[in-house]
Amino acid sequence: MIIDHPLLGPRDAAEFYVLGDASLIERPDWQDDNAAAAFDSYMHLRDNPAGEHRELWFHEQGDRSWLVVTRNTLTHEVVKVELARDVALALGRST
Amino acid sequence: MRYSAFRILKEGLTGNRGWTPVWREPEPKPAYDIVIVGGGGHGLSTAYYLAKEFGVTNVAVLEKGWLGSGNIGRNTTIIRSNYMLPGNEPFYEFSMKLWEGLEQDFNYNAMVSQRGILNLAHSDPQRDGYARRGNAMRMAGADAVLLDADGVRKLCPFLDFDNARFPIRAGLWQPRGGTVRHDAVAWGYARGADSRGIDIIQNCEVTGFQIKDGVCSGVETSRGTIAAKKVAVCVAGSSSHVMAKAGMRLPIESHVLQAFVSEGLKPVIPGVVTFGAGHFYVSQSDKGGLVFGGDIDGYNTYAQRGNLPVVEDVCEGGMALMPMIGRARLLRMWGGIMDMSMDGSPFIDKTHIDGLYFNGGWCYGGFKATPASGFCYAHLLARDEPHPTATEMRLDRFSRGRPIDEKGMGAQPNLH
Repeated sequence: MIIDHPLLGPRDAAEFYVLGDASLIERPDWQDDNAAAAFDSYMHLRDNPAGEHRELWFHEQGDRSWLVVTRNTLTHEVVKVELARDVALALGRST
Repeated sequence: MRYSAFRILKEGLTGNRGWTPVWREPEPKPAYDIVIVGGGGHGLSTAYYLAKEFGVTNVAVLEKGWLGSGNIGRNTTIIRSNYMLPGNEPFYEFSMKLWEGLEQDFNYNAMVSQRGILNLAHSDPQRDGYARRGNAMRMAGADAVLLDADGVRKLCPFLDFDNARFPIRAGLWQPRGGTVRHDAVAWGYARGADSRGIDIIQNCEVTGFQIKDGVCSGVETSRGTIAAKKVAVCVAGSSSHVMAKAGMRLPIESHVLQAFVSEGLKPVIPGVVTFGAGHFYVSQSDKGGLVFGGDIDGYNTYAQRGNLPVVEDVCEGGMALMPMIGRARLLRMWGGIMDMSMDGSPFIDKTHIDGLYFNGGWCYGGFKATPASGFCYAHLLARDEPHPTATEMRLDRFSRGRPIDEKGMGAQPNLH
């Protein structure tokens, strides 16, 4: 697989470490009344779709940026690559 | 029909006209007591033990493709019970005991070959870790022998003992481990279940569940609706995909594990050998091919194929361990989809939906568990209580803070 890095251009997937579902960006509020259940779900449950999947990739052997890669889990086609920072900011989170 | 040497002789002398198909091809009935979703190793063994041990025969096994078309036909055929944690080891040792009597039990040649499994240690702390694991195994009734470097050398003189980076210091040897002819396991269980009256229905994909007011009363399939008092899902590799139809999210990610076979070589590897410093394990098939594998690729996927970086990584592991294989050519490689769970351990449990049961999350350890998984799942289905060896394999164990984390990696499926 080739990951089209927004800053560096096309890079070999072997340079990256994959963390998993991009929903991990949306960490629950620890002060919420439902925090225990929300963190259980956040940490342990996954959609794990057969099809398009947004996931967090870390450019460990490169510029050490976190990316959100949208990839098809049936074909391995990479559909979209964004900086995780931009995604987090768009969600209204701090970086 | 009972298979025996006498039968072969008799059929041979009478033109082999007496053999009958190994299982029937029945049409689905409108209703069953239990419908098992998934006709792989675990689904078929569940059906077999339901009929044989628990006397439940009004059962159907629904398979999307053909029997054994999933991971029972794609694994590296290793059996072992060298786990450590109390939630795992009694279960895998129970499985090992079932393997040992399996061929006589279901009257089918599964080529169970207890040629042993050797885990190599490359440092003193790793040897101490194996001593601890070996003790845990023996406490659960399994066999384990801690070998020093000379002991390993007697078994496998061809290893790279004095490697500068990863010298071989010791090994944990389980003599009762080994390999089994994987397809024959599916066929033997299918035959045993079918002959006891269970309907095995191939080319029948489950497209949905009939769930009303928190009760599951059947499945919708590509061949019509089938009512069932209990629905038992057993589709490791596709678990998230299937259970999503029941509105459930699982503590599982799907990953691909690749496996490899070399060209046929003369007998050289005595049992199963695993590298303790990289991730590489190898055995030799009866045809002579080296059967080996390593890590999962590490990204979510449902494609039954992997990518080249892991191929290179696995082969490097092999070269580091036994440089003699450098000239052997790779004959075939393939990938299978694993249910990677959050702690690396499986699930055999009821769901929160009445009448819907779940078996999955086997990571890359499903094959060795086939007999016990079926036995324990059948126990749960027939009696509505878990088998004593499978009481910790619950779906809610993470929320209760009771994971079975054999490797101590935490909720990170691609590291297990």
